[in-house]
Amino acid sequence: MKLNSNIPEGPIEQKWSRRKFELKLVNPANKKKFHILVVGTGLAGASAAASLAELGYNVSVFCYQDSPRRAHSIAAQGGINAAKNYQNDGDSVWRLFYDTVKGGDFRAREANVYRLAELSVNIIDQCVAQGVPFARDYGGYLANRSFGGAQVSRTFYARGQTGQQLLLGAYGALNRQIDRGKVRCYPRHEMLDLVVVDGRAKGIVARDLVSGRIRTFAGHAVVLATGGYGNVYYLSTNAMGSNCTAAWRSYKRGACFGNPCFTQIHPTCIPVSGHYQSKLTLMSESLRNDGRVWVPLKKGDTRPPHQIPEEERDYFLERKYPSFGNLVPRDVAARSIKEVCDEGRGVGHTGLAVYLDFAQAIQEQGREAIEQKYGNLFEMYEKITATDPYKEPMQIYPAVHYTMGGLWVDYNLMTTVEGLFALGECNFSDHGANRLGASALMQGLADGYFIIPYTIGGYLAQLGMKPVEENHPAFEDAKKSVEKQLEKLLSIRGEKPVDEIHRQLGKIMWDQVGMARSKEGLEKAIEEIQKLREEFWHNVRLPGQKDQLNLELEKAGRVADFLELGELIAIDALHREESCGGHFRVEHQTEEGEAKRNDEKFAYVAAWEYQGKDKKPKLHKEKLEFEYVELAQRSYK
Amino acid sequence: MKFTLKIWRQAGPQDLGKLETHSIDGISPHMSFLEMLDVLNERLIREGKEPVAFESDCREGICGACGLFINGRAHGPEEGITTCQLHMRSFKDGDVIYIEPWRAKAFPVIKDLIVDRSAFDRIMRSGGYISVNTGSAPEANSTPVPKEVAEEAFDAATCIGCGACVATCKNASAMLFVAAKVSHLALLPQGKVERKQRVARMLQTMDTEGFGACTNTGACEAECPKKISISHIARLNREHILSSLT
Ligand SMILES: Cc1cc2nc3c(=O)[nH]c(=O)nc-3n(C[C@H](O)[C@H](O)[C@H](O)COP(=O)(O)OP(=O)(O)OC[C@H]3O[C@@H](n4cnc5c(N)ncnc54)[C@H](O)[C@@H]3O)c2cc1C
Ligand code: SF4
Ligand code: FES
Repeated sequence: MKLNSNIPEGPIEQKWSRRKFELKLVNPANKKKFHILVVGTGLAGASAAASLAELGYNVSVFCYQDSPRRAHSIAAQGGINAAKNYQNDGDSVWRLFYDTVKGGDFRAREANVYRLAELSVNIIDQCVAQGVPFARDYGGYLANRSFGGAQVSRTFYARGQTGQQLLLGAYGALNRQIDRGKVRCYPRHEMLDLVVVDGRAKGIVARDLVSGRIRTFAGHAVVLATGGYGNVYYLSTNAMGSNCTAAWRSYKRGACFGNPCFTQIHPTCIPVSGHYQSKLTLMSESLRNDGRVWVPLKKGDTRPPHQIPEEERDYFLERKYPSFGNLVPRDVAARSIKEVCDEGRGVGHTGLAVYLDFAQAIQEQGREAIEQKYGNLFEMYEKITATDPYKEPMQIYPAVHYTMGGLWVDYNLMTTVEGLFALGECNFSDHGANRLGASALMQGLADGYFIIPYTIGGYLAQLGMKPVEENHPAFEDAKKSVEKQLEKLLSIRGEKPVDEIHRQLGKIMWDQVGMARSKEGLEKAIEEIQKLREEFWHNVRLPGQKDQLNLELEKAGRVADFLELGELIAIDALHREESCGGHFRVEHQTEEGEAKRNDEKFAYVAAWEYQGKDKKPKLHKEKLEFEYVELAQRSYK
Repeated sequence: MKFTLKIWRQAGPQDLGKLETHSIDGISPHMSFLEMLDVLNERLIREGKEPVAFESDCREGICGACGLFINGRAHGPEEGITTCQLHMRSFKDGDVIYIEPWRAKAFPVIKDLIVDRSAFDRIMRSGGYISVNTGSAPEANSTPVPKEVAEEAFDAATCIGCGACVATCKNASAMLFVAAKVSHLALLPQGKVERKQRVARMLQTMDTEGFGACTNTGACEAECPKKISISHIARLNREHILSSLT
């Protein structure tokens, strides 16, 4: 197998137009003869399914929740970037492109990122037309806020519920097509395998989560928009059900996995409160517009925050990075927080927290202004911690939040399995080694509304019109293998509930494959994960049967995949002998403790190819060329 | 903390179902209600029993998946929160807690505490959107929207589709849910074009799905985790009258 990134020729500003022109078209009358399977109804999946159906394709769409509206995108808080330059503050497509490549620590593909920046402006138009109630200023025009890693104000938002509002917009577009009969919707269906016929993706196997029935679905192409794999760490800001299963099982069917070790730890989350904790809650990055991050200057200072005078506080982000201050990118902020806590200057009962303080902002702008901007976030914080952030600074700590890695895709968003496309967080494409805030929503919607409708047409046009092959033996084979796995899981009847093993995996991942990684730790992690996987397959305890609603069985399948993906993440992290973005190898740092890249050896995408059970995956390298943004050490000082 | 839990168990839609009693100990007041149920479930699994089926996903009050009737109230004793945002500190040590699913004809029980809310999706499909194809949108700032209008539309648009309004209403009406969407779209200039058909179709689907009629008791507003105001129902009624005038 050879990776072909399939980037169009020509200057970067013209690449996307050129590609749109080059792609063959499907005759409008023929579109209805094609059937596309879209897995996932988050921003990427819902926007794709709706847009494809509008074009005339027949679409089936799947999600594991009871309604497409509950996809995890609903939880996104802070906002969505777009290079509209409404603030007249010097933004442009070029600047958004530049910020994203730099923010990603030069590990993303320039051509993709440029296209993303270019399409960002159309997204806002589309969403406003759908009725997304973005924040507005007193003149009735759209308002913006700032996010990390940028010095312009380009983030559009709907209070702290931007993801919800964008998703409801896409859900509306999807509903319209369901209403027209162009989309069939399968909620409470979980994809458990990909069906490949003669090297092309031709269908999926899914479990009806209510009846437990295993069903096969055939189509001319399969689009995965199944989100990220942050839950491999057990505790993360992702939804309880977020999983890697669809992507992972596609990996095992031949889709390469790109940069799995590029995971994002978000600096501002509510700290862990006890071992029973089931998930972590994000406090949006937008809070760093007005909140100031600090810890006591002295170690072991246990005075309550308001008793610590100004001169005995260390506003460490402002001190270390005067030009970006509290708005440095996530990876930089998260590491700095870890550092001060490691020095023993952390606060709270565990010492694993720092303050995010709004006192000055409230004094300068008034409580009402702060309430307008962050009201629901403050409320959310108070509900969880029972302390009032208007009166007392928030306590925050980093947590796993997003995964830049994912299925490797070419410029057309096609994986290494022909006819299998990956969109949104489940692909690896645009964020390099670190994603900037408010860019995931942008990417999901760019992929779904504006890229896949074109590129899938090119694929289908050259595929030609053939009926779907639902009687091909590959369908029955895939179905059988899924059933076998479920039976195997239920037959183990061991001692440990799934969650306990998942927690153990999470601890290994967080300790050794988290914010600071070392050769020794990673090797240890690989060994421990293998052992844990062994234990899982001999000692997991599941109740119930497979032909009924069985939540534990659902979880078990997901954890089985995390136990394999976790190892791949560690393998990838071990091989990448450099630090970049969210991937920090302690052996590779500058004297000031910043990430030290090695462009000579590692300016490539690592795409891993599955080689079979318990075999070491094969590494393919896609070399990254930087023609437009000069490779430089990132500096936010 | 220590509690006695009376939990509704029902194997499937046809099963009659009954309350089952469990006692649970060693619960931290900082635990969320669902984490308390997680602890119970882990214990049941270890004991070789069936865990209690309940739904949740985001666990931060935004996806609308969770929803339990706790001591006779939708989403439990606190106001303005979903079940996943409820913490054990809201209860007293030793309390008896009744945990039941939403009860409404249009929301049949699937298993234990999980109900089928797909009727909500079908209402939304009946025009709960603005018909705009991808690519045909005008420049976003070409239509200014007064800030107050945008804010009011936003307030309505924050409905998470949890169904607490239906579960609380003695008529099991979905009026607040429908009103939230109708109001959100009717307020915005972009949504005005289709306002007549929208309200008529959505209300019709609400009826055929078996939801009851609204008798303005206001119970829904009180239990809505997003504090959606019943003033949106008034707007829906105006929209409805408007839609019957041609
Ligand atoms: C708390 C939080 C706040 C965030 N805030 C922001 C923000 O302010 N700005 C920003 O840009 N980004 C933000 N992000 C990131 C962003 O929300 C996500 O990256 C993005 O929404 C992912 O969208 P998606 O469409 O790729 O996938 P998702 O929205 O995760 O959707 C995945 C879909 O796939 C389905 N699915 C998954 N597995 C299967 C399977 N096996 N079978 C069938 N269906 C399956 C699910 O049912 C779901 O419909 C935030 C993330 C979190 C966790
Ligand atoms: S109106 Fe309120 S209670 Fe009803 S579904 Fe929406 S959020 Fe839930
Ligand atoms: S689990 Fe999402 S709202 Fe409660």
